[in-house]
This record gives sequence, C-alpha cells and structure tokens, in this order.
Amino acid sequence: MRHAAPTHRRPGPRPILSLWGLDRVGTLSFVVIAVILGCIALAPFLTGYPEQGLGTPGPDRLVAPSSEHIMGTDRLGRDLWARILYGGRLSVLLAVLVVSLAVIIGTPLGIIAGYFGGWVDEVIMRVVDVFLAFPPLLLAIFLSALLGPGLLNLVLAIGLGWWPWYTRIARAQVLSYRQRPFVEAAEFMGVHPVTIMRRHLLPFVGTPVMIQSTLDLGSAILTVAALSFLGLGLPPPTPDWGQIISEGRVYFPDRWWYVTFPGLAIFTVALAFNLLGDSIRHSRESEHSRATNHEPS
Amino acid sequence: MGTLSALLRRLLMTLVVIVCVSIITFLATRLLPTDPAALYAGPRASAEKIDAARLALGLDKPLVSQYLTFAGDALRGDFGVSFRTRQPISADIARFLPATLELIVAAMFLALVIGIPLGVIAAARPEGKLDQVLRLFAISLASIPGFWVAMILQLVFFKWLNWLPLSGRVSTETMLFSPIESITGMGTVDALITRNWVAFRDAFAHLILPALTLSLYPIGLALRMTRGAMGAVMSERHITTARAMGLSQSTILFRFALKNAIVPVLTVLGLTFAFSLTGAVLVEVIFDWPGLGAYVTAAILAVDFPVIMAVTLVGTVIYVGINFLVDLAQAMLDPRVRLS
Repeated sequence: MRHAAPTHRRPGPRPILSLWGLDRVGTLSFVVIAVILGCIALAPFLTGYPEQGLGTPGPDRLVAPSSEHIMGTDRLGRDLWARILYGGRLSVLLAVLVVSLAVIIGTPLGIIAGYFGGWVDEVIMRVVDVFLAFPPLLLAIFLSALLGPGLLNLVLAIGLGWWPWYTRIARAQVLSYRQRPFVEAAEFMGVHPVTIMRRHLLPFVGTPVMIQSTLDLGSAILTVAALSFLGLGLPPPTPDWGQIISEGRVYFPDRWWYVTFPGLAIFTVALAFNLLGDSIRHSRESEHSRATNHEPS
Repeated sequence: MGTLSALLRRLLMTLVVIVCVSIITFLATRLLPTDPAALYAGPRASAEKIDAARLALGLDKPLVSQYLTFAGDALRGDFGVSFRTRQPISADIARFLPATLELIVAAMFLALVIGIPLGVIAAARPEGKLDQVLRLFAISLASIPGFWVAMILQLVFFKWLNWLPLSGRVSTETMLFSPIESITGMGTVDALITRNWVAFRDAFAHLILPALTLSLYPIGLALRMTRGAMGAVMSERHITTARAMGLSQSTILFRFALKNAIVPVLTVLGLTFAFSLTGAVLVEVIFDWPGLGAYVTAAILAVDFPVIMAVTLVGTVIYVGINFLVDLAQAMLDPRVRLS
C-alpha cells in the first residue's frame, strides 16, 4: 500500500542529488543508459554506413551478420547496426517527447486540482477517470489511427492517454502539503495562487514526477515500438525499431537477425529505464520504511 | 452511507464514464481532419458520390443529433457497417470476440498460477537473493516487447524444436476431418464440450504460444503485486504468532499470509485483464489469431473508422465493466475497502 507522503524532518524540497542513493542494479542501469545515449549521439562515428542508417539502400541485401556488417543487412541492403543506431535516436526522442507531453499536461492540472479543491478538483478528476477508462495502448492506437502517421501525431496519440497518471501523482502530493503552515502563511500574505502553486507547491511535486517519468520512459519506448510495429509510426525510410521488426517479420525466421537485433535493442533500453526507475523507487521506499520504523507504532 | 447506495453510486459513475468515453470516441472521429464520407465512398469516388455518402452516413446533421443516433444504435448493438468490407460490425465483433476472450482467459490463468506463487516465494525472505532475482525477472518481463518475443518463441518452438504450431487457431487437417462445432466460439472450450479430443489437442497446442506471450507482462505484474501485498502482511502480528507457534514456512506463506494479501491479488486480475486486452492486439497479429486485435489492426491499415471506433468502445466497456466487478469483489471480500 502506498503511503501518502514520506515524513520529512524539515519541510523543504529534497535535494535532487539524494536521488542517487541507488543500489548496484540501479547504478548499472544508469551506466547502461549513459552508454546507449552516448552511442546514439555518436552514431555517425560508430558505423561505417551512416547514410544507410538514414535510409539510403546498400548493395548487399539480407546478408547474415559478418565482420563487415556485424548485425547483417536488411531488405534494402542497409547495415542493420547503422539502422538500429539511428533508430535509437528516434525511439529515445519520441519516448522523451511523449513523457514530457504527459508531464506538461498532467502536472499543472494535478497541482490545480489539489490546490483549489472543490468543483475544480471534481471536474479535473472526472476527466482523469474518463481517460483512464480507456485500456492503455487502445486509446493510443485509436488516436494515431485517426491522426495519421507523423512524428507529432504519434507523440500526441500516446501522450494524450498518458497525462492522467501525472495529474494523480501531482494532486496527491499537493494535497499532503496544502495545509502546511508555509502555504497558509503565503495565502495570508496575499500571495497570488499561481505564485503559491509555482513557488511553494511545484518543488514538492517535482521529485515524484521525476521518478515516475524515469519509469515511464521504458514503457514509452515499448509503446512507440508497438505502434510503429502496427504501421502507425513514421513513414519509411525513417529508421525506427518497431518498424524494422515489422519489415523483418516477412523474412523471419530464415533471416533471424533482421528481427532479433532491433528487438534486443528495444528490450535493453526499456529494461535499463525500468530498472533505473524501480531502483530509485525502491531506495526511496526503504528510506521511508527506515524512517517510519523508528517511530512507535 | 449504506453498501447498497454506495454500490449504486459506483455503478452510476461507471455508466457516466462509459457515456463520456463514447462521446470522446465519437468526437475524435468527427473533429479530425479526415473526412469519413470520402473514406466511405472510396479512394476514386467523385464529388457527387462523396456527397451522397455524406447524406447516407448522416454527416450533414448537427453533431449532437449525429451522436445521439450513434449512441442509440450502439446501445442496440448496432455499430453500422465496415467501410472496408461493408459487413455489419456487430456481427464481426460477435465472431471475433470469443477468440480474444479465450486468449485473455488463458493468459490470465498463466499469470495467476505462475505470478502469484512466485510473488509468495519472493516474500518469504524480503531482500534475500531470491527476492532480488525475482524482482529482476519481473522487471525484465515488463520490458520485453511482446510482438518481438512472440517471434522468438515461434523461432524456438516451431522452427527449431517443432513442438508447437506456428500460428492460427487450428490446423487445416482438424478443420477438414474433425471440425469444431461452434458453441461458445472459444475453440478449446467447444472442442471440450463436444468431446472432440483430436480437435482439442490441436486447438490447445495452437493456444499455448499466444497465451504465453500475452501472459509475460501480467506474470511480472502479478509477481510484483503479490510480493508487495505479502511484504506488508508478513510483518503483521498474527504472522509472528504463527511463526512462534512453529508452523511451517509454507503453511504461513500460503495459508495465512496469502489470504490476507488476496485483495491486491484481485486487483492484479483486473489489471491483467486490462493489459491483455491491448496486448492481444499485437499478439493476434503475430499469431494470426482471428480475434478483435487482428480485426482492428486490419481496420487501422484500411483507415476503417467505424470498426476502429466500435472496437475501442467495446474494449473500453469491457475494461470498465471488469474494473467495476473487481472493485465489487474487493468490497465483498474485505470489509475495510469501501466503494466510493
């Protein structure tokens, strides 16, 4: 069961650095993420076929992995390693955009709902209920089918179903700080509600939202891959992991590399983000239980 | 507030949510730039034909009356005809839904019989080696792209080992020589009812890989939820008492602790269903499983609006309904849970 809020000794936002009280798994996944980000940033230097990574066909089609093409080539003779590197840029970019959109829509709504309460809260939370009533992914499939292909449409389609989670987190957090003296003092002094929400409440919302967004990046990468596998992603020749798998499906299982490597890429990145998010949450929870165990029950 | 009035309130809220969902689904198809009339008339239709289609579909009427027509028809189970096949959508859904349900039920079964015991085992020694390994295992299951692992399973169990069929619901031989009489629409169940053992074996073999793929995420979910709920229960006093009385670890874990952790486990059931509902879309595509997911994917590629809309709506209603039932069951099992 979730506890409403960690008991802090002193009221004040937790410094961000204390997030890194990670365990071994968390640290390792952080390193893996750093390496992956480095690889996709340096993509042009890590492959001999940067132009193939972006879509130019190559001479040798469907070649098995060799020293020349470590992951083989695809149906247009493009080096698969290059495709995956460049596809990684898109996957990570899309995931970050999706989560950012969800945070940008969801967090302010949650703060507003929690701060004002009453009918404002009621209206916002009922809208949240309706959006959460859609089975996950189904809304994204529905919207992206309607919006058509394209980078922004894909981000919109997924993000529009994602924000309610952040509204819930932000609202719960604000509710637990709403009645604190420093908020009430600010109100007495006639500080504008917007300033109170931004200066006094937002800092407390930041940490849980950050943890959740780390966890969500993994799922976002999986969702993006799933949609582009279904043909709802970006049109070719844009490199995209889900789409490479969907192309390779025709040649599977004879050309096993075509599907295997992009799948491993998705799995690795999603796993690294999920482990990092989980270990951040884990370390905070055990910190919390240590804090509460000292109190007489 | 009495239980009955709380129940009614909850039911009412569920209905309101369903109405809102139908409004959103409807508005989304009407407000977006794509013109349904042009899609209905076909790619090479003349302007007159498109106008005729607009009249036929009632798109010239005000939005409110369009919505009321749509909702009224939907309530009567009429979702119109598919743009692509011109077949009534309701009949299609009735035909494809059982296959999807069969798959989901099988996946849920796997998730419960694998996930819950593993969660209990993990809770036996909190923060122990096994607990950590199982935590990693659960997170890995949540990070695997289902559509990819489905292909890997096909590679291993069909191509290499040749133990299980590649895709589909039954093999051609079964269809020709011992066809399954359709009663519920769920292949394995129908074969069982009609004592068609040859077909049952075949249908069952076809069910294994898709159900396994679909169950991976829910197994991890069930594991983690059970582990979490057990963790809270294990530190309670009656468990300490049971230990002091010298009861065996397995008795404590499965007989006493799991009973107290049953409510979160029920939540798992609801969540599992939810994820299976959408996970089924991808799994059905890979395994050529003739269910709603394969149906809606074909509709997506053909921009077949009414089908996409109907499946979204039906899926959401099922999802909301299941969540309602889960809440209800929780309130009945645990007096501390209140419906509100």
